[in-house]
Amino acid sequence: MSLFFIVALPFFGALLPGLMNSAGRSACAGVTFTITLAAFVGLLTNLPAIIAGDIVMARVDWMPALGLNFTLMLDGLGFFFALLILGIGLLIIAYARQYLSRNDHMGEFFTYLLLFQGAMVGIVLSDNILLLLIFWELTSLSSFLLIGYWKHLPEGRQGARMALTVTGMGGLAMIAGMLILGQIAGSYDLSVILQNRELIQADPLYLPALILILLGCFTKSAQFPFHFWLPHAMAAPTPVSAYLHSATMVKAGIFLMARMWPVLSGTPEWFVIVTTAGLVTMVLGAVIALFKHDLKALLAFSTVSHLGLITMLLGTGTAFGAMAAVFHILNHATFKAALFMSAGIIDHEAHTRDIRRLGGLRTLMPVTFVIVCLAALSMAGIPLLNGFLSKEMMLEEANHTKLFGSPWLVPVLATVGSLFSAAYSFRLIGHVFLGPVRDDYPAKPHDPGAGLWLPPALLIVPVIVIGVAPFVAEPFVKLVTAAVLGTAADLPSAHLKIWHGLVPALYMSIIAVVGGLGMLAIFNPALRLWENARRPEAKVIFEWLVESSARLAQLLILPLHNGSFSRYAAIGTIAIVIAGYYAWATGTIGAPTYAMQTADPVLISGWCMLVAATLGMVFLHRNRFLSLILIGIVGLMVSIGFVFLSAPDLAMTQFTVEVVTIILMLLALNFLPNRTPIESSVLRRTRDAGVATAGGLASFALAYHYLLRDPVGAPISEFHLANSYKGGGGTNVVNVILVDFRGFDTFGEIIVLSIAALLIYALTETLLDGPVRARLLNRTPDQPRAGDRHPMMMVVLTRGMMPVVMMVGFYIFLSGHNEPGGGFIAGLIVSIGVVMQYMASGFAWTSARLKYPYHGVIGAGVLVAGFTGIGSWFVDKPFLTSDFTYVRIPPFEKFELATAALFDVGVFLSVVGAVMLSLESFSRLARRAETPESLHPMDIDPSRTDPPDVQMKPEGS
Amino acid sequence: MILATQFLNIALAITFIALALGQILSMVRLVLGPTSGDRILALDTMVINALGLVVVLGIHQGVQIYFEVALLIAMLGFVSTVALARFILRGDIIE
Repeated sequence: MSLFFIVALPFFGALLPGLMNSAGRSACAGVTFTITLAAFVGLLTNLPAIIAGDIVMARVDWMPALGLNFTLMLDGLGFFFALLILGIGLLIIAYARQYLSRNDHMGEFFTYLLLFQGAMVGIVLSDNILLLLIFWELTSLSSFLLIGYWKHLPEGRQGARMALTVTGMGGLAMIAGMLILGQIAGSYDLSVILQNRELIQADPLYLPALILILLGCFTKSAQFPFHFWLPHAMAAPTPVSAYLHSATMVKAGIFLMARMWPVLSGTPEWFVIVTTAGLVTMVLGAVIALFKHDLKALLAFSTVSHLGLITMLLGTGTAFGAMAAVFHILNHATFKAALFMSAGIIDHEAHTRDIRRLGGLRTLMPVTFVIVCLAALSMAGIPLLNGFLSKEMMLEEANHTKLFGSPWLVPVLATVGSLFSAAYSFRLIGHVFLGPVRDDYPAKPHDPGAGLWLPPALLIVPVIVIGVAPFVAEPFVKLVTAAVLGTAADLPSAHLKIWHGLVPALYMSIIAVVGGLGMLAIFNPALRLWENARRPEAKVIFEWLVESSARLAQLLILPLHNGSFSRYAAIGTIAIVIAGYYAWATGTIGAPTYAMQTADPVLISGWCMLVAATLGMVFLHRNRFLSLILIGIVGLMVSIGFVFLSAPDLAMTQFTVEVVTIILMLLALNFLPNRTPIESSVLRRTRDAGVATAGGLASFALAYHYLLRDPVGAPISEFHLANSYKGGGGTNVVNVILVDFRGFDTFGEIIVLSIAALLIYALTETLLDGPVRARLLNRTPDQPRAGDRHPMMMVVLTRGMMPVVMMVGFYIFLSGHNEPGGGFIAGLIVSIGVVMQYMASGFAWTSARLKYPYHGVIGAGVLVAGFTGIGSWFVDKPFLTSDFTYVRIPPFEKFELATAALFDVGVFLSVVGAVMLSLESFSRLARRAETPESLHPMDIDPSRTDPPDVQMKPEGS
Repeated sequence: MILATQFLNIALAITFIALALGQILSMVRLVLGPTSGDRILALDTMVINALGLVVVLGIHQGVQIYFEVALLIAMLGFVSTVALARFILRGDIIE
């Protein structure tokens, strides 16, 4: 199967469980299992090529200019990891089906799991490091969803947040490291980078790149000092822990270190950083694990410890170390996944994971006992189980490793780590299963159904088979090791076997096991000692760090960004004025190229009115109703100004928008006091006045200068004028720009407009559903109400106007392409026509006559515009390419048909829908309980026989 | 013909000045008030005068494309007046 399918299957498959949730829990799990199985089988079809030593590649150019290509590569290493991810994934899915309770949303869980799985497979199969980074971030995000799956648990949410913060920051560091690496190698393709070991290691930027990439790996693989997030991530459901912390997420960092091994390893820097971090993590993790009482916390710290072991082995930089690391990855994945699942079983059956409350489960849960026993003994390093083999190889490698000039440091610490590792493994068996049966378990424990114990039991099979007959795994381990080593080192000749003779590693192993048993014997005094010791608590430090950086950010941002709009406006205005003044003072200004026009009295009077209205606005703005009237004057004069400057399109738009705005404002003003209270000090208002004056004068100066001179560069309007008719088939340049040249912008704008309208609707709905509803319904008007609600004269007038308005709208729409008009203006005109009916006959009467809800109109508009754009794909043209032709249907004259007109229909519909939906939403708020809805068109109607529902005398008087 | 053009020009100048004067006087009424009803009526008068200005401007420049603007102002100009008036009377403009 093509590599693309293997990567894409989980991603596309992730849609299914979410959609199928209502089909039942088994269906969800079944479809997830099938998808994973398909990817697994697809992977296996590539096995022959891998065994033959080939590298399977698949490539699609994505953004070649950036070096970002969708290139996938499958070699031994990638195959190994993909096998673990998909294989253990299958077992986890089967296990999760039984583990999750009825209250858990199954579809959601499996969707997250598949997303995560796809991202992991993507990481291990990526050939392009930029692509790898994308998948890397995807694992951080999807693991966040998985760890926080139990949203009701605060620990789950905190753990998820911590994991995301730590791994996400590591990921950011790694992006920088990878970019440096790509710059050094001259390519972002791994297959190229891996060939350039000497070039990369000789580069002065090698060290920064190494440190940044290792930051990514260490955070992901929970290496000291970033180990703390992993235990907190244990708040996740057990299947997640088992999957993330045995085979996948935390192994991603290990994988990357192995992948980069040929180019990055072998230098002293690599050796010191990686080996030290691994060694410290191994010992620290093992010691902490021994004293944890929560089963999953114990396993979490043991995972940290084992990851440290693998990291240390990769850090040594020898071929043998790499082979031991590969072997231990395999062994650890098997026994650790089995242990996690068993811990889940115990939690599931005994309702507690606290070791202090358990014990004596051996007879109660015999099957689980056997599984845990074998897996834990393997983890402790007991012969005839697979953990022993790789641990002995580790000790052997440690024996030959000299760190900081001391030949003793590494072997001693490795033995100490193994000792504690053996101790916690023995504790796991001894304190949970052995000992007397108790009678105070939270629930009576017994073995679960096969659905729960079969997946871990299957994982025990390789534990034993490899442990007894290591030669079975040898070809595979060597194949993977060869892929890790690349051309950097030769494959080691050592074989995997149980008996190496009386070598130092054997003695160290014996010391570890015997010491581990001894440690368990003195466990209680050791625990007291441990609990009395003062230790730094990672979570507290982490939260302190997060909070202090948040405080620092607030300190920097809040003075500038405190939520006061006038402050933003002031800062923006001052900055622009200063920048403009700087440009004016330092730049050269050409002589005026135009002469001033003379002003005639009519123009001056128009100008005077504009100024007077604006000034009036400044001084009277606290009277809200009066300021609406003044806004009306400003709008009117601006419209006339547009006409005078030969822009009838703008004038029409301005005028219609003005009408709609007044209506909208009046609807809102109904709920507001008529006067704006004075809220700011005199000083502040003086400051604001100063800023406003400076801004106004500056824009005046700019306009004055600009209008008298030719533009410095050639303006784009030349192009539009030249191509409007030739390319767009319309003589109205404004309209052709809107629907053709910048059609894509318009498409975006109508979508924004539609979203805004829907938002207003949603907010209204929320208000009307909440406690505010009662207050709104029982409002008393703040002033007496006069006249009748639906006056007959207005009804008659607006009914007569309606067809005329519609026809004008239609005309303006059609003439738009060549003469002033277009879909936007037509939409506003038609909306005003409908609003007139609302005002005349009321909300209820008009709503009852609506055939289509406004949401539908909005949606239809966006869809029509979108489909018009998509239509051009069918003729192999880019999105929204327009075309036009001339047709003649007798007896009409020749006329033009343009796809742009179809697009304009979309604009028209969304404008009508958006305007009407927002006005309607506002007016819904004004419904009151004491005035019943009237379904009659007018209050006084001679043809009506039932008594009129109008109060002729003014209310409240 | 020349006489007709001259006559038209004089008529246009008078119309322009009359309309501008009307605008200014409406504006004065709007500022003086005293009631909101007066102000709304003043605004309505200003809309009518503006309509006149657009038409006269079209005649003066000899172009037809301002016709649609005039049409729109004539057809929809009253809507904001009605809305403002309804607000004064009823508070709620869509009942």
